Amino acid sequence: MNAPMQTGYNFAYLDEQTKRMIRRALLKAVAIPGYQVPFGSREMPLPYGWGTGGIQVTASVIGSKDVLKVIDQGADDTTNAVNIRSFFRKVTGVATTEKTREATMIQTRHRIPETPLAEGQTLVFQVPIPEPLRWLEPRETETRTMHALSEYGVMHVKLYEDIVRHGRIATTYDYPVIVNSHYLMRPSPIPKFDNPKMHRNPALMLFGAGREKRVYAVPPYTDVRSLDFDDHPFSIERWEAPCALCAATDAYLDEVILDDAGGHMFVCSDTEYCADRQAAGHKGEMAA
Amino acid sequence: MRPTSPLLQVRDLAKLYGNRIGCEQVSFDLYPGEVLCIAGESGSGKSTLLNTLAFQLQPDAGSVLYDIHGQGMTDLASLPDARLRELWRTDWGFVRQNPRDGLRMRVSAGANIGERLMAVGSRHYGSIREVALDWLRRVEIDETRLDDAPTSFSGGMQQRLQIARNLVTEPRLVFMDEPTAGLDVSVQARFLDLLRRLAAELHIAVILVTHDLAVARLLAHRLIVMRHGRIVETGLTDQLLDDPQHPYTQLLVSSVLAA
Repeated sequence: MNAPMQTGYNFAYLDEQTKRMIRRALLKAVAIPGYQVPFGSREMPLPYGWGTGGIQVTASVIGSKDVLKVIDQGADDTTNAVNIRSFFRKVTGVATTEKTREATMIQTRHRIPETPLAEGQTLVFQVPIPEPLRWLEPRETETRTMHALSEYGVMHVKLYEDIVRHGRIATTYDYPVIVNSHYLMRPSPIPKFDNPKMHRNPALMLFGAGREKRVYAVPPYTDVRSLDFDDHPFSIERWEAPCALCAATDAYLDEVILDDAGGHMFVCSDTEYCADRQAAGHKGEMAA
Repeated sequence: MRPTSPLLQVRDLAKLYGNRIGCEQVSFDLYPGEVLCIAGESGSGKSTLLNTLAFQLQPDAGSVLYDIHGQGMTDLASLPDARLRELWRTDWGFVRQNPRDGLRMRVSAGANIGERLMAVGSRHYGSIREVALDWLRRVEIDETRLDDAPTSFSGGMQQRLQIARNLVTEPRLVFMDEPTAGLDVSVQARFLDLLRRLAAELHIAVILVTHDLAVARLLAHRLIVMRHGRIVETGLTDQLLDDPQHPYTQLLVSSVLAA
């Protein structure tokens, strides 16, 4: 369902030279998995923190035949997702979809879809802070040297401190990973539940940080390992109940408060996955 | 007693700040297990020299050779950054005057001690913790403080924690920049005692910068006196303090209040 493209703007909002500059940065990023490549981030018609990095990456690689899906926290129908989707419909006229399988490009904030990605698909992440070492080392010159020399011992200091304070590694989102056995990378604030999905994923994953002016990438079938200790291995979140609508036990669930008497339900954060399962006849205990 | 080959060899070392002299024409040898004090008034180039020796500052002239494990005497200027940084976090230690510069104030004492272990590849939480606990004991800090942040420690404890944090990889050379300057006298004495014991036990060479001749007398085997960026006198500590030859050293020694 191609929409008519709005006139007065270049295809995909950015001018061709800018798109070329970002594509050049992205090529470098793909060539060095996990390495943060600086790029000349542009002003976009929305505030920093709302996905300016992801939008610039999407705008510079999207083509007229692409089919775009946009999700925010797993949902297709939240403000951020709806607006970015309609933005791209206006300035490119490309078809949009909510179906992960039909999409050739997916821009995401904070989730990787539950439906496994396939070869040929591109996943674009919106990144607030790209530097995983920032918490421990404020100097950019120093963090660059640490990346160059793979000096990542301090990252374990943070995990150690987690265990000291909470008895386990309490980092639950933006969980640090080592890409292709070299670069330490922030996977953007996705839950650690999604970390294993990045490992040897057949899709291309691109990351854009607009305010911090960095792009990085995980090419298809690249090793992505989450950091951990031998005696405190990496593990993903578990829930006490299945999804209340589709009974899924293998999906990332949001806890939704229903009243002020302690009533709550767990429900899939990936709305498309949940709807598909319900359509296929899976019924949770609160399904209508 | 003395092994035949030095650990560190310094020749005609100079560090300039534009036209001003940080230090110049500094030459000496340091042997394994030896404690060397660099004394002098403030502004005499002691700290500049220390930082230049450790290659935290780039020297403008001269050379520093260090006996690297399995490689022998190596000119530090020829060492790639990666190897130099490896030296800093394994075979060398650096104890700062202000513990805020030498510690991670926002993480626990255990994490501070464990940092070097994790930097060289330790990935077992339990064993890192055990080693940290052992070192806490060795620097006489109560074991129950393992999970407390250094901000809750007294000045003396913070300095002892710095020692533990540096010695955990069993370095062969430790640089110290006025480690006792911020401590009151009784705490100083305890700290120096500990330092002397650990250095002797572990056979660590120490280069210690101080303006306090009492510290030098207590700890140092050998003493270097600096003024205006140059070495004015050097010798065995007792000999030098009891029979100073250079007028400036005489002045320095005579200015110490008799107990």
